[in-house]
Amino acid sequence: MSTVLSYSSIKNKLHSSWKKHRTKKWLGKTITYLFVIMLVIAILAPFVWMVISSISPQVELSAKPPHWFPENPTLSRYRALIFGSSSGAAVPAATAKFLKGMRNSLVVSVITTVICVVTGTMAAYALARLPVLGKNNFMIGTLSAQMTPVIVIVIPLYLLLQQFDMIDTQRGLILLYTGFMLPTVIWVMHSYFLTIPQSLEEAALIDGCNHVTALIKVVLPLSGPGLVAVSAFTFLSSWNEFFMALIFTSSQAKTITVVVTEFSSQFGVDFGLMATGGVIGSLPPLILAFLFQRYIVEGLTAGALKGE
Amino acid sequence: MALAQKKSRKNREEQKLAAFLLAPAILIMAVVTVYPLLRSLWISMLEWDLTKPFSGHPFIGFQNYLAILKDPVFWQAAKVTAIFVIGAVSLEIISGLLIALLLNKNFVGRNLVRTLSLLPWAIPPVVNGIMWKWILNPSYGALNGILYSLGLIDEYIIWLGNPILSLLMVILADAWKETPFIMLLFLAALQTIPGELYEAAEVDGANWFKKFWNITLPLIKPTMFVTLSLRTIWALKSFDLIYTLTAGGPSNGTNVIGFYTYLKTFVSLDLGKGSASAYLMTIVVMIVVLLYQKALNQKGTSA
Repeated sequence: MSTVLSYSSIKNKLHSSWKKHRTKKWLGKTITYLFVIMLVIAILAPFVWMVISSISPQVELSAKPPHWFPENPTLSRYRALIFGSSSGAAVPAATAKFLKGMRNSLVVSVITTVICVVTGTMAAYALARLPVLGKNNFMIGTLSAQMTPVIVIVIPLYLLLQQFDMIDTQRGLILLYTGFMLPTVIWVMHSYFLTIPQSLEEAALIDGCNHVTALIKVVLPLSGPGLVAVSAFTFLSSWNEFFMALIFTSSQAKTITVVVTEFSSQFGVDFGLMATGGVIGSLPPLILAFLFQRYIVEGLTAGALKGE
Repeated sequence: MALAQKKSRKNREEQKLAAFLLAPAILIMAVVTVYPLLRSLWISMLEWDLTKPFSGHPFIGFQNYLAILKDPVFWQAAKVTAIFVIGAVSLEIISGLLIALLLNKNFVGRNLVRTLSLLPWAIPPVVNGIMWKWILNPSYGALNGILYSLGLIDEYIIWLGNPILSLLMVILADAWKETPFIMLLFLAALQTIPGELYEAAEVDGANWFKKFWNITLPLIKPTMFVTLSLRTIWALKSFDLIYTLTAGGPSNGTNVIGFYTYLKTFVSLDLGKGSASAYLMTIVVMIVVLLYQKALNQKGTSA
């Protein structure tokens, strides 16, 4: 009897604690999801509002309060920026500039990325595997160079580019961007190479490869994720760069970031057009970030956090 | 003997190869960063005012530095920078860590949330500035629209109208862009902590706070230091956001040191004082860089 009683009381107790546990778990889950939804809204809302603004007619944008969902959405601004508008006086000048800005950004970012990744990988390999005098000082030097505020060296750079007739040219910007983004490439690739076991190359070296062929045949195929991360990061940083583009270009080589800020002063009233420029200008880095998100987060964590 | 000779020949060859591999990177960085850094140190000691073209540019020692240090606008900019950096960086680190702690569990759509977190980080800073300028617009802005629709305000607020409020808005815009990526870094760090540590602590009867204080915090400390110093360095150099959102105004309320230096150099066209101001800024940045390197080394020895 007593055993039965205690058995049932234990069962009851177990049941109620299980139930409590379940409600607690359910409550926890609900809170988590509520929080996640709020977080997603906070992350997306500002950008989504810019997208909505870009397709809202001017009248709806200046309503008080604004129409959150446009009644008559329009793609006219996108058409105007990409194909040129058929009517309207202010837009065509902006259009020509806009496409040119996109083209300049694309050319500068692609070439910068290629040069940075090739020269940076070479340097990183030498630093990771070969005897280099003052290796540590070199690494610290590149890190400091990367951290230096650009503004401190802008005047000498201006005089230098002027001397070589490179102001307002794509090659001028490419040279500057390469100089500023090389340190990141070297640091990330260096720490990446250190994670690759050296025994693989040693085997290749014994098989008669030299260091260069070992690098190309053995090390590089294993460095895919690192290379993807630094390439994406270099492209993104070049595309988003503003300060140097503002100072070193005036008409021919203006990049998209400069063109977009000029929309705001010249067409101050038409926030719709600014929003459209902002959305299109953000697309290349966004696509890149979303495509390679895993590599970017991993690669940059490695580069930023692992000292050596 | 022969072996030693062979070894030293191999060593020499490797050194030659290293020099060859390093040469392009060294050359580019020497031209783009090292040489300009030295030349600008020299310029900072010259009197070189483009608005006075006939005065030449004589050497005046540290007078540019003294002039900058006597300029009340410089100290105003230093104060604004300090408030901006401390405000933005602590807001970003604390909220980034809190969000990471809350996301550090399994739930449906976790990868999606992580992907979306890259959005603010990936868009160009100038687009961020333009976007917030539009959201904060006093007559047509979405922020006023929402607060008005919800009945929280009776009339539209001029968000960028007074120095204190606009500095707060600049911090908000910066935090929107930077926090999600910091959150991802913390999340990566949290995931390296083995679950057994928490289980053992639970057996010992530790509560949430004790677990956080005794396990989580010590293990993510290196990440915290590195993120803190890196964010501080970038925040000290802020320019794009200020340029597009407030242009330093109103009444210098958001005029950070980077923007002040820009105005001295490219608007007042005083190259000497501009360089001196830039060097003062660089000194502060380099102090933080040294702290960062310390943090890196500490991480290296503890790991």
